[in-house]
Amino acid sequence: MTFREIQKHIESKIKGIISVEDGKDVIFVPPLNWNEIAQLLKNDVDLDFDYLMCISSYDKRDNKIYGAAYNFYSTLKGHYLEVRIEVDDELSIPSIVSLWKAADWHEREAYDMMGLQFDGHPDLKRILLSEDWDGYPLRKNYKEPDYYHGMPVPKDKSYWE
Amino acid sequence: MISTVDSLLDAFSYLKIPSETLLTIIIVTSGIIIFTIMAVNTLFAVYFERKVSAFMQDRLGPMEVGIFGFKGGKKFWGGIGQIIADGIKLLTKEDILPNNADKVLMILAPFIIFSGALLTFIGIPLSQNLVVSDFNIGIFYIISMSSVGVIGIILAGWSSNNKWSLYGSMRAAAQIISYEIPIALSLLLVVLVVGSLHLGEIVQWQADNRWFILHSPFSFLAFFIYYISTVAETNRTPFDIPEAESELVAGWMTEYSGFRWSLFFLSEYANILIVSIVASIVFLGGWLSPLHIINVFPESWQLLDGPVLGLFWLFFKAVLLIFVMMWFRWTFPRLRVDQLMYLCWKVFIPFALANLFFVSLWELILK
Amino acid sequence: MEKQLLDKSVIESGEMVLNMGPQHPSTHGVLRLKIHTDGEIVSKIEPIIGYLHRCFEKHCESLPYEQIVPFTDRCDYLASMHMDHAFSITVEKLMDIELPARVEYIRVIVAELQRIASHLIAVGTFGLDVGAITPFTWTLRDRERILDLFETLCGARLLYNYIWPGGLSHDLPPLFIEHTKEFINYFEPKISELNQVLTTNKIFIERSADVGVLPGDVAINYGVTGPSLRGSGINFDLRKNEPYSIYEKFDFEIPVGKGDMGTVGDCWDRYNVRVLEMQESINILRQACSQIPDGDVHEALPKKIRPKIGEVYGRYESARGDVGFYIISNGKNIPLRVKMRSPAFCNLSVLNEISEGWMISDIIANLGSLDIVLGEIDR
Repeated sequence: MTFREIQKHIESKIKGIISVEDGKDVIFVPPLNWNEIAQLLKNDVDLDFDYLMCISSYDKRDNKIYGAAYNFYSTLKGHYLEVRIEVDDELSIPSIVSLWKAADWHEREAYDMMGLQFDGHPDLKRILLSEDWDGYPLRKNYKEPDYYHGMPVPKDKSYWE
Repeated sequence: MISTVDSLLDAFSYLKIPSETLLTIIIVTSGIIIFTIMAVNTLFAVYFERKVSAFMQDRLGPMEVGIFGFKGGKKFWGGIGQIIADGIKLLTKEDILPNNADKVLMILAPFIIFSGALLTFIGIPLSQNLVVSDFNIGIFYIISMSSVGVIGIILAGWSSNNKWSLYGSMRAAAQIISYEIPIALSLLLVVLVVGSLHLGEIVQWQADNRWFILHSPFSFLAFFIYYISTVAETNRTPFDIPEAESELVAGWMTEYSGFRWSLFFLSEYANILIVSIVASIVFLGGWLSPLHIINVFPESWQLLDGPVLGLFWLFFKAVLLIFVMMWFRWTFPRLRVDQLMYLCWKVFIPFALANLFFVSLWELILK
Repeated sequence: MEKQLLDKSVIESGEMVLNMGPQHPSTHGVLRLKIHTDGEIVSKIEPIIGYLHRCFEKHCESLPYEQIVPFTDRCDYLASMHMDHAFSITVEKLMDIELPARVEYIRVIVAELQRIASHLIAVGTFGLDVGAITPFTWTLRDRERILDLFETLCGARLLYNYIWPGGLSHDLPPLFIEHTKEFINYFEPKISELNQVLTTNKIFIERSADVGVLPGDVAINYGVTGPSLRGSGINFDLRKNEPYSIYEKFDFEIPVGKGDMGTVGDCWDRYNVRVLEMQESINILRQACSQIPDGDVHEALPKKIRPKIGEVYGRYESARGDVGFYIISNGKNIPLRVKMRSPAFCNLSVLNEISEGWMISDIIANLGSLDIVLGEIDR
């Protein structure tokens, strides 16, 4: 199915939730309805998205809006879909670990790097950075810390540059 | 057979020294000689292993280090000085004792394993009349002394205060104790046919009849059960799960370094030598030349026998068996613990018991 | 006199937590495994990663697109050509660049050679983990020949920086195709040698058949791709299902695990799929070497890489599975966000599922059969 057909199919099943931007083949979903749409994507016979490829977190430099891009693929039907969810800093996105186990580690990484909170994740803790790290590195307003738990970070680079 | 100790006692009896002192001197000298044999065996076995493994893996092994200008390079005896270099390195390395380890047990463990190997050597004849102590319960003594090593392994793993070492030593204990049963049963088969536990008499029987491995199809099978069980007993691949390099780093030896570690190594290679020598004595004719494989040649053709030649033949057969053991190590993957135990208890022991039964029938019917 | 019963918690044997630390001979890099065991049987494994995290994605936000290519090399250092290629096709998708045929053919040749090299290490180290040390040295010896080919090509043995968005960095040196054909003729009998020593070895089969069974639907749910997925019986390869580059022109099969020695989806199947894939790569190489046209490889290289505003997700079949690059561009020559979806990241997450109830030796076998590279997982 092409993107238009998928979009029409979803809209026929669940009305008025998803939105599309001009020129992009992407579906935007508000975070509150994400669980519903995710279940439709997984369980619907015509859509049948069984393979969650990637969850990328992004920060569009607005300092307020953070987003997660989900890439889905169906190995049986051969079609592809990208879903994006955008939230403010304080809100959280429902976790889809119960539907796709691949989301487990991807959501942990999104939390670790960008600070996105996922509701209902069994064990949301840092995965790539150490447990006691402060801050979320991939945010655009992230400043490299001057101290790491009391130890000063060397700023004088004349020794090696 | 006259034991060396006795013959030396007789030879030096003219010196008018009280016999207890003479005995002590001879025993201490024999001990030193056995220790030298073990040490030299380790040196050459390590070099042999490195070269054999290298040629099997399409590389060259030690090439650089030479002695007195003989370097060798790419020839098969290249890098012969490596053995001396390794020996010196091991002796001068720092002996680390971890803080939380049980220090007494940790120091004691290598010596227990080493004494097990040393004590076994006492009862092994290396040629006609060349044995330190002529036990008439030869085989029984050898089997029992080889089992002393297990205690050392368990102590080593426990005292290291390291979970991985504990795993290694637990596996080793289970493995070694289990595999002693097929060994004992296969040797029992030999004792049954020959009628004596004395190693000299077993070789004499082979000189009168033929090499034991060709006595009956059951003794042929018994040789293989014995050989594979000894590979398991000495913790060589494919049974090296206690010191499985890729899983447990070095298993129960992980926390040892320096001289204590080299003692472990010494005992391992000494064990390999012991089991190969015992296999050659019991099944392959010991110090008899290959002319005795089947005794068809007349007595006058016995040019290839003799005290010194006998030593050569024995070592030749033992080295061949050691080579096959090394061949196994570099060809096969290792078995998992439960598969190892399955092999021992459900395959080897039933076969060994059935062997005993059938060989007694064979003896009954054919004699 | 009161009989004092011992407190049950004192004498009951409990669960042991083992730490297969960051330094370990067979964790394929700096990986920490927290293993909860009861004796030898494993009840739970928790992989702890991040020891090799080098902030690849944050770096990309301050580098122009051409300068990102060396960094992608270092993600999966055992299959660097695949990483370069994946990044390049993603950027080309965003910029709609049309590549000359010669560039595409060279890229396919190089990618398939890299696949063989990566699978050789995977197969060798799997044998090494299980205890067979000799096949490892043999596979490394054969991989040396491939690395020599790459050295004549771009000067590097491991981290190439060869495939750039829009073309290649250098053209083929003279006699490269002849040397590749020589290599193909040298290497094909080596696969059957490897099969004799390892694949059909009874002890190896005992160690890997029926161990670590991964059912197909569980695999897709976890996002497992590549040979690990095909070992579970699912016929999914991006080169056939979603063809990119010129893979449609070549005639090759996709090996799938059939449970020859045990259950479908066990370690032996995953291992066997890799061995068969090496054979298929040789087929592709033969065809590509005979069909390669002439041309200029620098023709389509853009002067400045300044993609249009937008996002793109590019997919690629590397030696380990499905590599994805998600690039958000805002019209400048520096990307806004680059996210790399690494196949080994998802492959490793399935380790807990397949190792529950097995022994410690089986964890090693499972880890070896999943073929992970920590550089890719941690980025």
